[in-house]
Amino acid sequence: MTKDNEELTMHDTAIHDSKGQYFWVWAALLVLTAIEVALGYKQVFSPVRMLEVLLILSIIKSALIIGYFMHLKFETALMRWLLVLSVVACFTIMYFFFFPDADRIINLGVH
Amino acid sequence: MAEATIEHDAVQHGLPGAYEAPLFGAYSKKVGMWLFLASDSLTFGALLFAFSYNRIYTVPWPTPFHAESIANATIMTACLLSSSLTMVLAVFAAQRGDRPWIRNWLLATMIFGTAFIVLHGMEWSKLISEGLSIPGFMSLLGVAKPAASGELADISKNVPQFPQAFFGLTAMHMLHVTIGVIYLGVVAFRRWFLPALAVIWIAVALLIPSGNVFHYPAHVLGLGLLVAAVILFLKPKDYDAHDVEVCGLYWHFVDLVWMFIFPLVYLMSTKVT
Repeated sequence: MTKDNEELTMHDTAIHDSKGQYFWVWAALLVLTAIEVALGYKQVFSPVRMLEVLLILSIIKSALIIGYFMHLKFETALMRWLLVLSVVACFTIMYFFFFPDADRIINLGVH
Repeated sequence: MAEATIEHDAVQHGLPGAYEAPLFGAYSKKVGMWLFLASDSLTFGALLFAFSYNRIYTVPWPTPFHAESIANATIMTACLLSSSLTMVLAVFAAQRGDRPWIRNWLLATMIFGTAFIVLHGMEWSKLISEGLSIPGFMSLLGVAKPAASGELADISKNVPQFPQAFFGLTAMHMLHVTIGVIYLGVVAFRRWFLPALAVIWIAVALLIPSGNVFHYPAHVLGLGLLVAAVILFLKPKDYDAHDVEVCGLYWHFVDLVWMFIFPLVYLMSTKVT
């Protein structure tokens, strides 16, 4: 077996960290969900502000899931950056496709 | 001399390409799954962008989800989050080579996933019976005729964007969860899973009337049974730690997508009185 494959096998089968951190991530996800539900019940924000707040919370939750549960945090830097940047680039293109009209609607003052 | 040894080892182990340096430092199955998930995230991304756009330009946007619906959706979210934790524990068991616990944790993940599907189906049934429908589409499917009046019936008539976006997004996600449960079953139980899946398929198809929303997963289960049987009989194998990790990636992705659907679709359409 070559060195690369030996490293690959060791990398892939290594138990990265203690189980405890996954329970903490799970608890954090439940707490963030509870915050979202509380915001939904209270309705303290306008719809656009609420959309922004919920999106930020969702991005934090998705980062926890991708980083820890999906183990991307433990992959090589090349894989991490290539995956994240390519998906973010695609979403940015989508955002700029929708953004001008969404901005126009918001500035019409309907909310 | 060194080349001859490598060639000999490759032939001996029957692993063509095993001695190439791994791109990204990961095995090819994992890289393949990540690429699939990246493309699938764009599918859901486009749907969520379309939903958000609808949400902003439709004034007033309906708020048909009250305390009961939000409580139900919160339990569904907890089920998916807990299923991700049991999936992580299955990967740990796979890394230890502990077969009984791989099966146990994968089964726990499947139970949480099934609970999510059942809760979601019950909610769909309730919404449809109270009048939420996509004009023309429900009668095409033969789903029981929804109520002609009431809050949800009015929404379906006056703001058809809402039921279209709601049913489109959640159906797409539920399809992914169903496929995920079948995928986990194949990895956990291999050929033993096929008779169980066949029994569930026949039970769902025969016992649930065609006008009920629970009848439709039967088609997905039937197709899933066919695909799983073809895979298991054409390429029978003993799934290893890598396979458990790769199916875990798919399962966590299903959880990840719900983390956007739950706030955007449910919490942005809530009115708690």
